[in-house]
Amino acid sequence: MTKPSLTIRRRIKASPEKLFRAWTDPANIRQWWGPDDGPVLHAEADLRVGGAFRVKFRMLDGDEHECGGTYREIVPNEKLIFTWQWLSDADEVETLVTVLLQPDGDGTAMTFTHAQFQDEKTRDGHQAGWSGSFDKLERAFGAP
Amino acid sequence: MVKSQTLVLDRTFAALSDPTRRALLARLDEEDSVSISELARPFPVSLPAIMKHLDVLEDAGLITREKTGRTVNCQLIAQPMQEAVAWLNRYERFWNKQLDRLTAFVERDQPPTKKARKK
Repeated sequence: MTKPSLTIRRRIKASPEKLFRAWTDPANIRQWWGPDDGPVLHAEADLRVGGAFRVKFRMLDGDEHECGGTYREIVPNEKLIFTWQWLSDADEVETLVTVLLQPDGDGTAMTFTHAQFQDEKTRDGHQAGWSGSFDKLERAFGAP
Repeated sequence: MVKSQTLVLDRTFAALSDPTRRALLARLDEEDSVSISELARPFPVSLPAIMKHLDVLEDAGLITREKTGRTVNCQLIAQPMQEAVAWLNRYERFWNKQLDRLTAFVERDQPPTKKARKK
């Protein structure tokens, strides 16, 4: 059973070590986190299974947002799985982010996935490749 | 996002995660109103199995069933699906921008050996 999820694959000209540090070290996180050039106001990361991270950033329009979660799986320089939630929006459902890093020549192949949790309600179905059909649904019902 | 919307999203995603149910929805997207027997015809499964799928879709608020004489017709309700699509779109935009910045950051200062090798 697959829940709908977002997968982004990128080839990056930097080592897996460097990327892993960029994801997990607060001083590194400060350098890039956030969807625009606005500043990171606060970054903390307790890098152990069950440990928490939180990042607060301000966007160029002045809006401040804070996100955070808990580390679920840590394989240094290879794999990072953490829960994800907007802390500024307490009612948002908790989701799961997976970052896979594989050496690729002199760079890294990064596979990023953001997915909803599996739950018991969905276990009775078939294995389904969701994303292919998702494109069709999106065409049918229109993106906002 | 309020709690009820979160629930709707969960149910929508669960309902959409089955290929037969997605095919049923796609059919209902093409035609305004289709009878259950007509809906079931293209599928190699029994009518009761299709009825079960329709129950799931109805519980998720994705379709309505209406009885006209002796036939039951199904209709699509697009709104919950639009919310699911909106969730994915929102995060797709957000992460693509984030990952652009991550990429720019880690690629910014490569060790000098790389530069030397390029020349």
